[in-house]
Amino acid sequence: MASTPRVVVVGGGSTGVGVTRDLAMRGLDVVLVEQGNLTHGTTGRMHGLLHSGGRYAVSDQKSARECIEENRVLRDIAAHCVEMTGGLFVKRPEDTEEYFEQKLRGCEECGIPAEVLSGREAREREPHLATDVEKAIAVPDGAVDPFRLVVANAGSAMEHGARIETHAKVRDLIVEDGEVVGVDVEHGAKPGERVHGVQSGREEIRADHVVNATGAWAGRIGDMAGLDVEVRPSKGVMTIMNVRQVDTVINRCRPKGDADIVVPHETTAILGTTDEEVEDPENYPEEQWEVDQMIDTLSELVPILSEARSIRSFWGVRPLYEPPETGTADPTDITRDYFLLDHEDRDGVPGMTSIVGGKFTTYRMMGEEIADHVCAIFGIDADCRTAEVPLPGSEDFQVLRDYMDEFGLRSPIGRRSVERLGSRAEEVLGTDAPNPVVCDCEGVTRAEMRDAIDQAGSDLNASRIRTRASMGNCQGGFCCHRMANELHPQYGEPVVRDSWDDLLQERWKGQRHALWGEQLSQAMLNYALQATTQNRDSDPANRDGSIAFDAFDGGPEAGAMADGGPTEASDGD
Amino acid sequence: MAIESDVLVIGGGLAGTMAALSAAREGANVRLTSYKQSTLRMATGLVDVLGYVDGEGPVADPFEAMDRLHEGHPYSILGEATLRDGLSLFDDSVPGYRGGHTDANALVPTHGGTVKPTARYPASVAPGVASAGGDLLLVGFQTVTDFDAPLAARHLEAAGVPFDVDGVTIPFPGDLRDDAKVTRYAQSLDEDEEVTGGGRQLGTRKDLAERVKAKLDGHERVGFPALLGEENHDDVRADLVRYLDVPVFEVPMGPPSLPGMRLEDRLFAALDDSGASIDSGNPVVDYEADGDGRVDSVILDRNGNRVPYHADQFVLATGGLVGKGIASDRAGVREPIFDCHVPHPADRYDWFEDGVFDDHEFARFGVDVGEDLRPRDGEGTVAFDNLRAAGSVVGGYDLAAEKSGAGVSIATGYEAGRRAAEEV
Repeated sequence: MASTPRVVVVGGGSTGVGVTRDLAMRGLDVVLVEQGNLTHGTTGRMHGLLHSGGRYAVSDQKSARECIEENRVLRDIAAHCVEMTGGLFVKRPEDTEEYFEQKLRGCEECGIPAEVLSGREAREREPHLATDVEKAIAVPDGAVDPFRLVVANAGSAMEHGARIETHAKVRDLIVEDGEVVGVDVEHGAKPGERVHGVQSGREEIRADHVVNATGAWAGRIGDMAGLDVEVRPSKGVMTIMNVRQVDTVINRCRPKGDADIVVPHETTAILGTTDEEVEDPENYPEEQWEVDQMIDTLSELVPILSEARSIRSFWGVRPLYEPPETGTADPTDITRDYFLLDHEDRDGVPGMTSIVGGKFTTYRMMGEEIADHVCAIFGIDADCRTAEVPLPGSEDFQVLRDYMDEFGLRSPIGRRSVERLGSRAEEVLGTDAPNPVVCDCEGVTRAEMRDAIDQAGSDLNASRIRTRASMGNCQGGFCCHRMANELHPQYGEPVVRDSWDDLLQERWKGQRHALWGEQLSQAMLNYALQATTQNRDSDPANRDGSIAFDAFDGGPEAGAMADGGPTEASDGD
Repeated sequence: MAIESDVLVIGGGLAGTMAALSAAREGANVRLTSYKQSTLRMATGLVDVLGYVDGEGPVADPFEAMDRLHEGHPYSILGEATLRDGLSLFDDSVPGYRGGHTDANALVPTHGGTVKPTARYPASVAPGVASAGGDLLLVGFQTVTDFDAPLAARHLEAAGVPFDVDGVTIPFPGDLRDDAKVTRYAQSLDEDEEVTGGGRQLGTRKDLAERVKAKLDGHERVGFPALLGEENHDDVRADLVRYLDVPVFEVPMGPPSLPGMRLEDRLFAALDDSGASIDSGNPVVDYEADGDGRVDSVILDRNGNRVPYHADQFVLATGGLVGKGIASDRAGVREPIFDCHVPHPADRYDWFEDGVFDDHEFARFGVDVGEDLRPRDGEGTVAFDNLRAAGSVVGGYDLAAEKSGAGVSIATGYEAGRRAAEEV
């Protein structure tokens, strides 16, 4: 080829950033377009499990082998995104011995380290496990922060010359002479949103190849070129608890079923999940029974969950795919494998490849396979390096240093910041400026918040996913306004107000599913702070018309003010 | 020896203290029992009476606007005269508050950059009311993340305030930690800690005033986040006024709220003066009835011992969802001590709306009362002859949207205490 091929990747989830980073590192000219924030789709709505492969060791051994391989890779290249909690498959009396043995054998066959623990040994590791748990299999499951991982991939891709466009929705594919030659994109027009070069409006981005990495949305992109990409979106609920009731991933050791996993994630524990096919990945019912089922069923494994405080729930849609005519009825039986659809081979439409199915844990491997495929199309001979080169934040990051003294931060705030930032800690926290805490629940300081704003622009939800600010127990009641304050003066007051409103609404969305007990009290407190103390519900700046200020009390008579205002002692109390 | 009183008030927030003051003024022997810190320290210390009705507002005259409230609202049940009597009791009992000179609401700047309507406000807030003229300088501190003065200034401008407003951010005198709490700032001013400023030793107050003086630039009043001392608050503000030679005011903030704590201190001082006894630190966990529809005693848990407190009349002022006077689980909503009926939809997905500031059902959760403030069961029958409810434990109003929380606490507290004393 005369010039460097340009590839447009559609989708800013794990697969999209994974392939973008890979192609950029191989020297291609890559543009990623994402309709929302990074992780806007399924990636931002998962339970954060770094699979050992144990979950697939019986039913889907190909996936299981890929998982354990990528599990090892991510521990290495994404150390600051991964917490190796370990995992247990626990057997209750009603779960069969036969399946337990199958699981153990499956792990061995797939090369997944597995160790049998007695019930007592399992409870020594996790004291809150039910007393009738008979035994368990320990596997190297872990927890991974999908936001941090995706942001790090995007950051690395940009370092290698890629262009990342968030809030850029594909309106159409450009098809000429039966070939896909680019995308027609509409950039988010809201002022102040992160925009590179282009402020707003439409843009035609021409491409030598388009990669459709839109997961559950892949069918929609396919439709734009008359291609049938039969993704079967399946929704699942995740219910977040306020603390880590367990420090190990707890899986139920039985063939399949809803509500069978608890993942410790940062300061929380995430209960999952359900599996129900939906028509529309953006519009599906979020139902009470799903939340209730998480708590009721998982209490069989960890009884204290029944009395514990949930802070919110969220739903994600799996981008399940199976080749046409497979005809699996139950979505839980659809393979978790991924498929690369070359539309030239498959449909006679050159210029585009879709990647569908798959799992978060194997995002890098999927990216590698697509990148290999794209490079082959252009006859480029370049090796994949994504399994060897650490992500930004995980370079030379061996041991967590105690930055407490160095940055004047109190532990555990210093420790948590360093965990999130990894090897970038020094760069971000090494500031001479005052560095007060913005979010108490998650220990996020101004320096970290400002760093996120530098990356994410004025969208506070984008800074939220980078820092975890407002994602703790109070769900933003004590910190949404503080986060908004950090946008000023870089962004003007109307932009700040708008972004603040969006953040309040987003924080409310998930809490609706946790409104009982402590969290209902918290919700009322937050409502009182935001509406009563701050009057944000009736903010005059957001309302039409003006206030007749002179109809209101102008204060005690002017005479009393002459000396600079009466002090309260002058009342003679 | 049995613990006995004419009137026993359960709860030490605004409603409970008002009920106790009201009953004591009627001559009753009063005991007030409180458990944890009240929600006063979470609130601004402003006394909101009524600022919005069905989202319309801000209303200039809360008494006039009361007529437009729905039928079951506590104000509609009690009537305007009771609210006025309650406010008079508040004005007589709590020194240092302003606003009683008029029926009109004042508009007070908030730390979020809006203005909000309120009926009574601490003297420290008075010079800042947005319904008065005078160019205004807001001062924020680099390390106080709750208040960004320049942003609040721009926001107030967008709200249309009738004066010029600017904001500056300065370092606070001395070398407090970056993550110091607002109470630490207040302490530094309370004690006028010696700091080094401009190469010499001087007090925190003087140093702060000098830092601000350099930015004053003709502004006619100066506002600070509400951290101008706690114990010696009056002296702190008087010194700042003296050094700066302009009126100085506070912008109320969220928890921990110093104006809220000062209000709490004053209410308890008034309670001491009234002769009421105060018992704090132990929760009420149960009650005993006499079988004749009367509460005989409530049971306090004192270090694991169940101790009965007898009284002729009881006032339930345990707070709402925030104060835990109203409890809930996935199955329903209840009042935990007497199990009084709390009207609520059976389906918990009907407790809320989808927009963050929509008209939420949960905001109105509380016990159902008639004009005598006695909680009623689902059929409208009085639960106990000698039990009355006051404050946020009473349902039927949305304190946050209406900006009516303090006013309802004052009116219901006043009336519950008065009626309880009358029955003794």
